[in-house]
Amino acid sequence: MTWETVIGLETHVELATKTKIFCSCTTEFGGAPNTHCCPVCTGMPGTLPVLNEKVLEFAVKAGIALNGEITRHCKFDRKNYFYPDLPKAYQVSQLYLPIVRNGKVPIRTESGTEKVIRIHELHMEEDAGKLVHDPWLDQTKCDYNRCGVPLIEIVTEPDFRTSKEVIAYLEKLKSTLQYLGVSDCKMQEGSLRCDVNLSVRPAGSTQLGTRTEMKNLSSFKAIARAIAYESRRQIELIEEGKKVLQETRRWDENKDATFAMRSKEDAQDYRYFPEPDIPPLVISAEYLDDVRRRQPEMAEEKMVRYQQEYDLPVYDAQMLTEQKALADFFESCVTLGAEAKQSANWIMGQVLGQLSAKAMEAKNMKLTPSTLVTLISMVKEGRLNRNTAVKVFEDVFDTDEDVEEYVKVHGLAQINDPTALAAAVEKVFAANSQSVTDYRSGKEKAYGFLVGQVMREMKGRADPQAVNEAVRDKLSG
Amino acid sequence: MKITEEMVDYIALLSRLKPDAEEKVQMTAELEKIVSYMDVLNILDTDGVEPLSHVFPIRNVMRSDEVSSSFPREELLKNAPSRDDEAFLAPKAVEG
Amino acid sequence: MMELYRMTALELGTVLRKGELSPADALAAARERIAACQKNNNAFITVLDPSPTSLGAGPLAGVPMALKDNICTKGVKTSCASKILGDFAPPYDATVAERLVAAGAVCLGKLNMDEFAMGSTSETSFYGPTRNPWALDRVPGGSSGGAAAAVAAGEVWYAIGSDTGGSIRQPAAYCGVTGMKPTYGTVSRYGLIAYASSLDQMGPIARSAADCAAVLDIIQGMDPRDGTSLEGSYGGFLSSLTGDVRGLKIGIPADCFGDGLDSEVRRAVLAVAEVLKSRGAAVEEFSLPIMEYVVPTYYIIASAEASSNLSRFDGVKYGWRAEGYKDLADLYARTRTEGFGAEVKRRIMLGTFVLSAGYYDAYYKKALQVKAVIKKAYDEAFQKYDMLLAPVSPTTAPKLGESLSDPLKMYLSDIYTVPLNLAGLPGISVPCGFDSKGLPIGAQLIGPALGDGVILNAAHAFQFETDFHRQIPETKGGVSA
Repeated sequence: MTWETVIGLETHVELATKTKIFCSCTTEFGGAPNTHCCPVCTGMPGTLPVLNEKVLEFAVKAGIALNGEITRHCKFDRKNYFYPDLPKAYQVSQLYLPIVRNGKVPIRTESGTEKVIRIHELHMEEDAGKLVHDPWLDQTKCDYNRCGVPLIEIVTEPDFRTSKEVIAYLEKLKSTLQYLGVSDCKMQEGSLRCDVNLSVRPAGSTQLGTRTEMKNLSSFKAIARAIAYESRRQIELIEEGKKVLQETRRWDENKDATFAMRSKEDAQDYRYFPEPDIPPLVISAEYLDDVRRRQPEMAEEKMVRYQQEYDLPVYDAQMLTEQKALADFFESCVTLGAEAKQSANWIMGQVLGQLSAKAMEAKNMKLTPSTLVTLISMVKEGRLNRNTAVKVFEDVFDTDEDVEEYVKVHGLAQINDPTALAAAVEKVFAANSQSVTDYRSGKEKAYGFLVGQVMREMKGRADPQAVNEAVRDKLSG
Repeated sequence: MKITEEMVDYIALLSRLKPDAEEKVQMTAELEKIVSYMDVLNILDTDGVEPLSHVFPIRNVMRSDEVSSSFPREELLKNAPSRDDEAFLAPKAVEG
Repeated sequence: MMELYRMTALELGTVLRKGELSPADALAAARERIAACQKNNNAFITVLDPSPTSLGAGPLAGVPMALKDNICTKGVKTSCASKILGDFAPPYDATVAERLVAAGAVCLGKLNMDEFAMGSTSETSFYGPTRNPWALDRVPGGSSGGAAAAVAAGEVWYAIGSDTGGSIRQPAAYCGVTGMKPTYGTVSRYGLIAYASSLDQMGPIARSAADCAAVLDIIQGMDPRDGTSLEGSYGGFLSSLTGDVRGLKIGIPADCFGDGLDSEVRRAVLAVAEVLKSRGAAVEEFSLPIMEYVVPTYYIIASAEASSNLSRFDGVKYGWRAEGYKDLADLYARTRTEGFGAEVKRRIMLGTFVLSAGYYDAYYKKALQVKAVIKKAYDEAFQKYDMLLAPVSPTTAPKLGESLSDPLKMYLSDIYTVPLNLAGLPGISVPCGFDSKGLPIGAQLIGPALGDGVILNAAHAFQFETDFHRQIPETKGGVSA
């Protein structure tokens, strides 16, 4: 029997606000335990929440970008459960009237076709604190720095069939949220977290199987492997005539497997009810228009514009706009006077090459657009040959050193002295008379060899065009 | 509305309360009496009535996204029944 | 000069301002009175020993007062009369406390109450019951029983209580003092340890309506730390007390004067209408056919919110922690089972039940719908009337130990006070007589939303004509100093 895997995602994204959702403590990552806290976010009795206006704005921005319907009359609810990472013993969240419903995210599947992932809802909520077990004390330490950091939770319909689709969606989501500036989406710092709901069913069936929820997925790679593992596990269970249990499972990175989490002592009965301390939100048409007007140019729009305005091929436009930081980098290069296609080539070749070699994201790179632009113009002005320029680029990528200075210090400037070139040609021809003879007898390959030797004689710093011409002239002379 | 001891067990678990056997019997009886009395609300037809959670039409109360300094940690920790220099301490709660 | 404890807060303020007395003299008088009364009535949980401050501006500057023990005071134990809070000393002041201090108030301590403000007798306190200064074998009412008793006994000149379902008005009535629950949202709840957030509101208990007006002028006002606080123009209640009620249309809901109301209470409350009529008000009976729904609606909503609000008391961050626990779950269960009293646990259980899967719609959602119906009934009443008159409680103060055995019966006695909390309306309890046992009776004046000034003025008019609010318990064989 062939099986189909059905996947839905719940993604938590930390919003890039300066302050927490209900108090004015900083959201800055890190910090000694319990130093980004106040009576409100540590749930002290008598304290009250007051909503950060940026949280609403960011949620609405995300909702618009994900093509969702904004709930014009929305409320917060309390989700009640006991756990030491939740000092009030309830999380302020949204159940009954989430800020966004019915979104749509188009993704490109492996076969190259477009598929639309439906967003069930997007809601605002507060993050919980961090618990660290101290083996010496045999006690759990409660650090509430993350408590009250604003989150949006984005819940999809069970629309995914493969891990590739899941990754494509997450890449798209991440790119979109970064474009909007509503989150930095750093998985390693936990600002983007993803729970995977997965079930399997016989291919062609329209009924959903029993699903499990997987947690602790800290990278895209982990997500892909967990999906592969979990669908195999479920299929094996069913084929052995056993049942899949509806449960929460934890992905263990080291063991490359999922494990059932210790079942909570009680049923998941969160007793949601409207949060009495926070008045409802009414989203006016003016507010929505204003947010829409201020929505930044998104990847799709940039792609179209790059093709029209800069005459770039579709491929280039797509590559450049996948990451907002890369698109910004590209636009800065153009603004600083570099030619668009030249910039695109350098970015897609050298910049992406370095990023992938160093497993970095564009937004973390140190190299500035002005450095690349200087390099491009040095090549264009014949002051640096292209191959040397690539080496210089690689050398300054991590440091963003002044390239003019670097070229001078390392003596890499292009030699444009015709006398020096003529002398080098003389010397090479004299030392390689056999190659000259070979060429004249029709062996085309000998030409390339001679060019290479001249370039070497020039220590690689000659203008390749000029070397070509000089060798050809000499051969035909 | 009939309240059973199983229901009381479940509610007690959700509430993180552990009544002893005697208390449980009493709670069951009391809850049944109170809840049954509350069933009087069913006399009133409320079809189509919007539930009223906030009594006055206050809307959109928000603050600007400006950081103020956090609280001195010691002030936050000083009422804790168990703590160290930097954190509240609880019995083991971390999984895995 | 009359004994200081017989003065109203404003009278004492005037004497202080005129320099006839120093703030230190006022403090000394309060201390002396507390020393004499506390052992009898147990009105205080914590007695403070403040030093006299230099006299500020304002009519109540330098006047000693006290706060109910669910109002956070920086560095001062705030217990909610519960074992579970232990010696919790909040690192912050409630907005109300800040405002009072800024107005020159001197806080003499923290007042006894029903545990977590859940009760009508002040007997559920971990720190022992408060007794009614008028008859020490009787309850002072609750939950702000300590506040009402302390003012009645003359230990402080005013107190701040909280009212979720009548917890200011009912003890004020039982103790023969004036107590007001203002419009929801006009007094910041920041720093009030929540019982039921959508219903809780703090307010003054004092001898006179004028005192209450002066206190409200200080504590009311928009607070950016409380998202439910109402914007508006505040202050000026005291200066606009004219006592002029000519043309005031007063509605008397017949449904509040039916079966279950003690006949002596009925007579005294209806007499208030006659007094106001004699000063030019128009009085009319009308029907308010929602009264049988108000108590269940109130207890469903209040318990639901309480079950959530009180979940944070778990022995981890503050307060008391049980001993001998095996693990985290056991720590939670032991701390909460041993740390909360019976009435609190009953309401937590009830609240958890009405919110739990399968029962939410039938109980909690239904109650929110009925709440809408109740609010609408009041809205309609206030299209016809400027103010309503009702009893505060069906009876005068019961004896200690009489009420707790039957929780449902106790809940039912809240019938006249809870609808105001559901509808967010202001209500003031004014002393209007004594029953044949010599126990005080209170009448409730009810205003429309933000009509706080209307009922204060009507209460002031009534107190202009009567002296029930000037009676002191010792004259009736109660607490003597």
